[in-house]
Formats: sequence, C-alpha cells, structure tokens
Amino acid sequence: MSWHSSAWGAVERQTVLAAPQGDTATLAPPAIPGVPAPELPPREQWPSSRDSVRKAPPRGLFDPAIVRPALAASVRKLDPRHLWRNPVMLIVEIGAVITTVSLFGNLTRGGSDPTWFVAWIAAWLCFTVLFANFAEAMAEGRGKAQAETLRRTRTETLAKVLVNGDARLIETRPSGALRPGDLVLVEAGDIIPSDGEVIAGVAYVSEAAITGESAPVLKEPGTDIASSVTGGTQIISDALTIRITAEPGKTFLDRMIALVEGAERQKTPNEIALNILLAGLTIIFLIVVVTLRPLAHYAGAAGSITILIALLVTLIPTTIGALLSAIGIAGMDRLVQRNVLAMSGRAVEAAGDVDVLLLDKTGTITFGSRMASEFIPAPGVPAAALTAAALRSSLADETPEGKSIVALAEQLGQHADRRVLDGAELIPFTAETRMSGIRLDGHATMKGAVDAIDQIASVPGGMEETVRAIAAAGATPLVVAEDGRVLGAISLKDTVKPGIRQRFEELRAMGIRTIMITGDNPLTARTIADEASVDDFVAEARPEDKIRIIRENQAQGRLVAMTGDGTNDAPALAQADVGVAMNTGTAAAKEAGNMVDLDSDPTKLIEIVAIGKQLLMTRGALTTFSIANDVAKYFAILPAMFLTAYAANGGSPAALGALNVMRLSTPYSAILSAIIFNAVIIVALIPLALRGVAYRPLGAAALLRRNLLIYGVGGLIAPFVGIKLIDLLLTAVGLT
Amino acid sequence: MTSTILQDGLYVLLLMLLTKPLGTFMFRIFTGERTVLSPVLHPIERGFYRLAGVDETREMRWTTYTIAMLLFNLVGLLLTYAILRLQNHLPLNAQALPPVEERLAFNTAVSFATNTNWQSYYPEITMSNFSQMVGLAVHNFTSAATGIAIAIAVIRGFARRSANEIGNFWVDLTRCTLYLLLPICCAGALVLIARGVPQTLDAYQRVTGIAGTTNLLPLGPVASQEAIKMLGTNGGGFFNANSAHPFENPTPLTNFLEMLAIFAIPAGLTYTFGCMVGNTRQGWAIFAAMLGLFLVGVLVTTVAEQTGNPILGRAGADQGTLLYGQPAPGGNMEGKEQRFGIAASALFAVITTAASCGAVNAVHDSFTALGGMIPLANIGLGEVIFGGVGAGLYGFLVYAVLAIFIAGLMVGRTPEYIGKKIEPYDVKMVMLSLLVIPLAILGFTGLAAVTPEALASRGNPAAHGLTEMLYAFTSATGNNGSALAGLNANVPFYTIGLGLAMLIGRYLMIVPILALAGHLAAKKRIAESAGTFPTTGALWVGLLIGVIVIVGALTYFPAYTLGPVIEHFQMQAGATFALGS
Repeated sequence: MSWHSSAWGAVERQTVLAAPQGDTATLAPPAIPGVPAPELPPREQWPSSRDSVRKAPPRGLFDPAIVRPALAASVRKLDPRHLWRNPVMLIVEIGAVITTVSLFGNLTRGGSDPTWFVAWIAAWLCFTVLFANFAEAMAEGRGKAQAETLRRTRTETLAKVLVNGDARLIETRPSGALRPGDLVLVEAGDIIPSDGEVIAGVAYVSEAAITGESAPVLKEPGTDIASSVTGGTQIISDALTIRITAEPGKTFLDRMIALVEGAERQKTPNEIALNILLAGLTIIFLIVVVTLRPLAHYAGAAGSITILIALLVTLIPTTIGALLSAIGIAGMDRLVQRNVLAMSGRAVEAAGDVDVLLLDKTGTITFGSRMASEFIPAPGVPAAALTAAALRSSLADETPEGKSIVALAEQLGQHADRRVLDGAELIPFTAETRMSGIRLDGHATMKGAVDAIDQIASVPGGMEETVRAIAAAGATPLVVAEDGRVLGAISLKDTVKPGIRQRFEELRAMGIRTIMITGDNPLTARTIADEASVDDFVAEARPEDKIRIIRENQAQGRLVAMTGDGTNDAPALAQADVGVAMNTGTAAAKEAGNMVDLDSDPTKLIEIVAIGKQLLMTRGALTTFSIANDVAKYFAILPAMFLTAYAANGGSPAALGALNVMRLSTPYSAILSAIIFNAVIIVALIPLALRGVAYRPLGAAALLRRNLLIYGVGGLIAPFVGIKLIDLLLTAVGLT
Repeated sequence: MTSTILQDGLYVLLLMLLTKPLGTFMFRIFTGERTVLSPVLHPIERGFYRLAGVDETREMRWTTYTIAMLLFNLVGLLLTYAILRLQNHLPLNAQALPPVEERLAFNTAVSFATNTNWQSYYPEITMSNFSQMVGLAVHNFTSAATGIAIAIAVIRGFARRSANEIGNFWVDLTRCTLYLLLPICCAGALVLIARGVPQTLDAYQRVTGIAGTTNLLPLGPVASQEAIKMLGTNGGGFFNANSAHPFENPTPLTNFLEMLAIFAIPAGLTYTFGCMVGNTRQGWAIFAAMLGLFLVGVLVTTVAEQTGNPILGRAGADQGTLLYGQPAPGGNMEGKEQRFGIAASALFAVITTAASCGAVNAVHDSFTALGGMIPLANIGLGEVIFGGVGAGLYGFLVYAVLAIFIAGLMVGRTPEYIGKKIEPYDVKMVMLSLLVIPLAILGFTGLAAVTPEALASRGNPAAHGLTEMLYAFTSATGNNGSALAGLNANVPFYTIGLGLAMLIGRYLMIVPILALAGHLAAKKRIAESAGTFPTTGALWVGLLIGVIVIVGALTYFPAYTLGPVIEHFQMQAGATFALGS
C-alpha cells in the first residue's frame, strides 16, 4: 500500500488532469515545499474562451456562412488544373465541354438530337461537376472557418528575450523571430510567444485559445507535464521564464491551423487506393463506351456523341468520385470538432483499424482518486459512531479522498457542519506521522494507514483482518482512531468511471481488445479490470512495459492505439499505430504521437476509433452505392439508345422495349432522367458524406450485413425509383 | 427434365467429392511434402533439376518468377512455331502434309502456348502427328502447368508473411507436370482407349461407307491428347469436330468424365488455397461462389435450349410435348449430337466456357441467343468460374480483392483479405489485370465491326453476326479457345488479331497478378478478430457473386445488348434475317 506523501502528490496531479470541467476546487495548487503557490486570479480575469476552437458557435450542416463561400468556390474549382486530381470529375467536365461544343454545332448546323435535349444534357453535366465541387468546398469551408478563428489567436507579439540568459538584460523581438533555445520572460497578461518549456517561475496559464477550456492551468518548471507551454496561450498570474522549443512557423498553433485548414492535406493511403479503383473503373467504362460506337454503328443505331457522353457519365462512379475528398475532409473535421488534432490522415484511417487499445488505468478507466466506499466499524463500535468520527477527521481535508469520506458520511445521514472548524486544531498529514486529523473540543480524531495508527492506538485483532480484507479486495484501508481508541476502517477504492464498462463491451463487439496498464499490484489491478471489464491487464507496469506490449501485439499482426502524456510515454506513443498525446503532455509526447487531444481526455481514444471507422465506412458505403446505381442507368439508357438497332436488317424496331423496365416515356426523357438523377444524387448525399454514415458498435459481420443491405441493395433499387420519378416530372412539364 | 437434374446433380456431387482429395494432393505436391508417387518420381524430378542446373531450394522474387515464366513460354511458342513451319521435314507425317502457313502457325503457336487452343484450322488436314504430339500436346501440359504454377505462386503471396519470394517457377512447373498432370493423364488416356478412343501412329484409314463411297478416316494418337486436353483445360481438339467427334468423345460416359476432368483441377485448387492460407473454409467460400455462378449459367442455358426457338413452334414444328403449358418445338437440337442431347450439350457448353477449356461437344453458334450468351459471359468474366487450371483461381482472387476493397470498407476498417491489407499498389495491380480483358475483347470487336475483311468472315448477319465476332475475341482473350463457329477465322485479320488477343489476355493479365502476389507476400499478416471482414460464410459468397456479376454486367451489357440480348427479343418477336443482309 502506498499511502505516503509522494503518492499524495501523484494523485493530486492526476486529479488536475482528469478534472471535470468547471470544478475550480480541484485547481488548488499542489503543495510543493519551498515554492509559494501563486494566487489563482478570480474567474472574471480569466480570458474569454469565446473565440476558441471548441466554443466556436456550433454550425449547422448548411450554415449560410459556409454555404455562400462554398458556392463561389465550386465555380472556381471548375479549373481543370484543380480537377485533374479527380479523374472521374475531369471526365465529366470534358464531357460537358464536348456537349456544349456540339450544342453550338446543333444551333448553327442542326444535329441528330433536338437542341433542347443537348442543352439540358450540357447543363446537367456542368451541374454534376459543380455539385461535386460544392461538396468538397462545403467540407473545406468548415475547416477554414476554424482556421480563421485560430489565426486570430496567432497574432504577432513582441517577446521579451533574455540576452545571454541574463534576466537583467532584456531585448524585445517579434515572436516570429524566436529560435529554439531562446529564453523569454512572460508576465501576467502576456501572450506566450511560442512553444516552450518553463525553466523558472510558477504561474497560471489560460489555454482557452487552443483548448477552449476556460479554467487556467498551473505551470511550473521541472515537472514534465506542467512545464510545457504553448504559443498563443496567455499567462494570467505571476511570471515565467520559458525556453523556446519550436522553430519559427512550426509551432503547435501553426501546425494546428494548417491541419484544420487542410492546407497540408495529403491523400491518405486508403483514399489513394480508392482513387485508383475509381480511375480503373472509369477507364473500363471509357473502353465500354468508346468501343460501343463502332458496335452501334454496325447495328445501324449509332447514337450522337451527346448520348454516348451521357452514357459514359452515368456509368463512371461520379457519386463517390464527387464525394470522396469531402468524406476525407469531413472525417478530419469531425476529429477537430472533438478537439483532437490528427497530424496525418493516415492516423485517422489507422484508428479505424485498431485491434488493441492500451489504456492507463488512472484517469482513463478510473477517476484516479481513491474514493471512500465503505465504513467498517471495529468490533463493539456502533456504525454511526465510526461514521461521525470519519467525518470529523476529514472535515478539513481538502484532498479528493478526504472529500469523498465527507460525501460518504453525508450519504449515510451525517451532517457536515464546517462551523466547528473555527475552534478546531488541524493536524496535517506529514511524512513522519503518515496520518492526519483534527483536535476538536479536546478530542483527537485521526485517520491513517494501519501501521501509523498502531503508533497511537491499540488496533484490536479483528481490525487487522478487516484491513487485510479491504486490501485483498484491491482497495486501500484507512483506520480511524479517536483518543487512542480504534473505531473502525474506511475502505478507499479507486472508482471506475461510470459507463466505461459498457464502452469496453462495445469495443469487444467491434473486435477491439482493451489492455489496462497500471502500477498497482496484481490484486488491485484485477479488481479494477474485472469491474471495468477490460480484456487484459498488466499490473506493476513500468514505463518500458508499454512499448514492449505494443511491440508484442504488433508482431502478432495487431494495430495498437494508446494515449500518453509524459516524456517517458514518448517512445511508446511513437511505436503505437495510433498514439494520442494529451495536450497537457510534454512537447516530447506531443511530438511522438500522431494525434493530440486538446481536452487531454484519455477516454477519447474510444471516440477516435469510432471516427476512424465511420470515415472508412462512409467511403465504402458510397462506393458500393455508386457502383450499384449503374445497373438502373443501363436499363434507362440502353433501350433508348438502341431503339433503331438492326431496323435496317428487318429486325423489329421495338425489340429492346422489354428492357425499358421503368417504362420511361421517351428515349430523350429516359437519358435525361438518368443524367439528372446522377447529378442530383450527389447533392442528396452531401449531408451523408459530411456527417458520415450511422455508426453502430457492432461486429464486422453484422455491420457488413446492415450496410450491404442499405447501400448495396438500396443502391440497386434507389435509382430505378429516382429515374422514374424524374421521368414523370419531365413528362409533366412537357420536356420529352 | 428429371434426367437433366440427375445428370447435373450427379456432376456437382462428384465435383465436390473430388475437390478435397485432389486439393490436398496438390497442396502436398507444391509444399514439397511426400506423396504416394514420390518414391518413383522424386529421383526423376531431382534428375531434371540436375540436368537443368536448377537449385530446387532457391526461391524467386516475383520479378524473377515472372521472367522465368515468360521466357519459358516464349521458347515454347517459338519451338511450336518452328515445328509447324517445318512439319514436312519432320517425322510422323504420314499424310505428307505441307508446312502450316505462317500467320496460321503464329496463331496456333500462340494459341497453344497461352492455354487457349483456339483452332483456326482443320487439324485432320493441317497437322502431322508430330505437330500434334510434340508441338501441341506438349504445350497442353506446359501451358496448364504454367497456369497452375502461377496460381500456386499467387496463393503463396496470400499465405506467406513478410516474405520476399513466391516460389521457384522451375520447381513448380516440374512438380505440376510430373506429379499431377502426367499420372492423371496416363490413367485418363487408358480409360478413353477402353471406351473406344483411338491411339495410333498409323496413317489415315481408307474405308468404304454403307453408301459405297470411299472415305479417308483420320486417326492418330487421340486418347493421349484427349486426356490432357480436358484435364489441362486446353480444349484443342485432335479433330475439327472436337468433343462432338465420336473418336474424341464416343459415349455419354466419356462425355461425363471429360466434363469432370475439366473442372477437377480448378475446383481442387480452391481447396489447395484453403490449405495453404491455413483455413480451408476460405477455399470452400471461393468454391461456393464459383459453384453459384456456374449453376446460374447451367440453369439459363439448359432452360433456353430446352425451350428452343418459338418461331419453329409457331411454324408448326410441334413434337407433341408441352413445356410450361405451351407446345414445345422439342427444344433446340440444331447443332447438337444425338448421342448427348440437349441437357448434356448445355452442361458441357457451360463447363467448357466457365473453365477456359474450350472443348466443345455441340455447335455454340446454333445455341439460342440466351443459351449462347452464357458461354460468352462465362468467358467474358475472365474465366473465373472454376476457370482455366490455375488461371481460374488467380483470376478469381483478383475479383476477391476487388470485392473486399469495394465492400470491405463498410465494416470500418481498411480492407484486408487473408490478413493482407489491401493498399494502393495492390488496387493498381488488380485494376490493371481487370482492365486487360475488356480492353482486348471490346477493342478488337469494335475494330472488327468496322473492318470489311472481318465483317466478310461472318456466317450470319445482324445481331448474330456481331455475336460471332464478339465470341471469337472473347474466347481468344479469355484463353478459352472454343469457337462460336460460323465465323471464318482463317483470314489475316483474325489470325493476327486473335493471336494478339490471346497474348494480351494471358500475359498482360498475369504480370500484374504476379506483382500483386509479390507485394502481398512481403506484407505481414494481420490477426483476425470480430472486427475483421468475414471472408468465409454465405454473406461473403453472396458478395463475391454480386461483385463479379455486377462488374461483368456493367462491362459487357452494352455490347451484349446489340448481340445476344436483342437477338433474343427479335427471336421472340419472330424476326428472321436473310444471309448477307
């Protein structure tokens, strides 16, 4: 049992990390001997978090502020130099140009098809490209809006640089000119000019600009996690000396802006592979349509170039071709919405593939603080007497453990009256006594580890067993004594976060194993592991165990994800396929991971996996839908196109009428309906592409069955209905 | 009706019973384990390696493997060309046949090297026995062994982890020929001889028929060539009439055995695949998907042929039977052997085209439009419904990777098959190999449709004429070799065009597939979990069938619409076409 001072400190720090938002009480600075804790400024002085990423006003899918620039961008993106990256859409654009040219031919010399038909085809081909561009612009627009907000944070500030490291010699230099190794001084109210490490001073820093978290965090030197500061954040109390660690233009904020803006967006491996598939299918259909011309000529049914282009465009996978890049951007955007920055799209895809989650017990699975769960009276002591004594001993105890004892006592019907503290003498915890308590009205009520209490009171035989039983159950026993008499024991348990068990069960259904890592002894570890329902645990783990476990799993062909914050997590974060660094973590950890969670919430790993899966599922669903769609388009266009086939040979002219299963009214309306459906479906699916397909934590077989039914079978049927409806509409308005 | 179901049912049953033992046998052969034949054959095998200077323990990267395969095939091709051109100077030319014309010799050499066995000639009056035995029958073995070797190399790509090599081509080729093809063919030839198939080096016999006229009766070493022709899915007949000829296929029993021989190795290889990747259910899933596609084809062709031509029915060709309550014209017996009838001819046609065999026991040209469209589509899909020996499996695996890539994303993981993540390079190779087939089929057919010489070769006008040209290039590209007949392919456009189509369809498809295998072998294998896309079970089988049918339909439907599809509707409408129109 580690119930000594260093454990207190560790628990305290973890508490700060895992603090529920808005709970300012947990921000109480840790007692570091010799360092005066700064005063936390009143809440009014905290910088507003209005402009931060998270607090950006929630935007609807079709927010006019995004739609308007997107509309303009969709026209700009018609530039072939932009479109060549998307071969499917490039083909459509070329088709639109050829059709438009033949429209002018039609106007001047006349042609085989009526002019209105050619005009409509040309127009709808343009719309098809515009709709695709619009989808991409919409997805980009959301990121751009966020980047704009961030850019406002990255104002050029003048940094106070310590010349030759001498605090007395200060020169001012623009923040953009800071080099790694420079020492700068920041004082209350300053914006921290660049990323760095605190080397002197203790102060509160507001990171609202980046994380959106309004509560300030304490920064101090030499503490691994709390010593790293981020450029663009604001110091709101005292002063710090910082050693700059980032190259100019490569600060965390710079990278963040580039990421959300998509400026550095490179196609991910899966997206590239999918693009190759789409290009391949496009080439196949190009072969089909080009070779159809001589065949149709042979049959005496050589249609116009307009009709061939219409056939080509409806066959190539325009739906997924139009939405593919929007899906990728929107997937990254969904991560940003949850305050996670992925350093590469590859990491997001890898998140979908993860097989093993490596989770720290403390802060992820449990709250990380031991909470009172039970009072067990000593033989012959009334339960109420122990409860009252336990409450008294903890009234002034501001540690989470102390507060949890008060809370449990109150739950058991005791009233916590803090007014009694006025006349009381507090006995603080010290490393020598290893107990704490209160002297009230001449009675000393103490709590502490059993061997500590043993020094001041005789522990009855039954108590020893109770204490052992508590420890055996994986909890921490505290003994309460009053005036040299042991009243009973308090069982302190590390509490598993509510709902975590269910999430692990969901993960298991998805085929993802969870491994809990803890420094606890195997007994405690097993108790928590069982309670949280993790698949496996590693007790008494040392930092190097993480990287060992990751390597072992990877050697067995599994992909591993983990979170981490300390410098000693860095190698493991780098080794993991998905390494999520906490924003509160050290620069080394953030550098090593391929994602950063601005909220520093280790449970978010589960959401990240879900987002990765959703991104891949959306791509697969729309690809399947797009290809399945083609079947109906054949039935619309081919009978219309080959109406006159072999008529000259004496074949019956309406021979292919049986293929017109949709009973479309005329050949022209049939072809036009297919083209219009082809374009409109892109717009109809933009919300799906941006939001992602509905995600359920199911096993692969169940997911496949479900999605195959919706997007595969649905994709076969939907266009039959859609094309028929458009045909009815065209007939109603007389366009046939 | 009952006899049809019995025949088809018995066929499927025997095929399933054959798959596991043959698959296991091939697994043992190619993993170098001892087989029952090892005591006799192993010394011979070692002797070959010593003679050729091959180190059997040294494996090859995919590039070396591909180069070895291509060189071996090139040498074989040139050798056959030389034999055909020089057959008048070579022995065993009892009929004193002249050298084969150069374009035809090119076409034939390519045809046998690529396992196509397209024959633009009448063997009886073109090929000497030496040409048949050394030029062609030897190729029947080597082209089959090449296909099987490649399939095994591709399977190794899936089965191995973090490996650079995919096997030794010379070893795979030798083992395949020595342990698998030769023993089965020896036994098969003896069975055929027992059923009346000739096996002689004598000259053609002069016989006087019952009408009193004297005819020349061609003979030769038929049984030995017949056995490998089926087992190796080659299909090149000793006689022009192929398996409709009573000397090649004398009885319904030989007909049944020949059909079984065609599918035996392709079906067995699915089990070998399962063994090699460590999960036989993976192999059975592929078998099931192939069987599903096959049965659909059998159903359509059999029903279409049994229904026959309604125009005949309306013209009063009523045999007094009813089919679906309508007077039946007796089914479509045109172009079919009386010995086999409609059911056995329909089944044979579907088998020989599903596998890239191309042997025929009936005239495909005389099939109904839809009945004939199934053989066309079987080949057009790339010969993956059991397919050619080896070629069927590796072609199918390409579709499996495609299916997993399209639909696999829907489970929220980057797609993986047999634990191999499918990455951009893999998709590129898959698309390249998939592109080749439609490019050659549709490209050459399109060219034919506007080339007067090509059009003049047609035996029929309008839609059926288009089907004849389409079928020829489909058969050549798919390395099937069956002919729709009707088309005179011995004109320069076709001898050269079809020769090129065969080369493209074989080698341009193989190279990216071997590249894929090499790339897959180098990957590590991802562990399976509940989140892994299931590639066993009914859902996967259904998905495979769906992807193959949809991709195939999307590719060929426009062309087929102008061929068999419109022909079918015109037949229903009672349209007839005058020759030459």
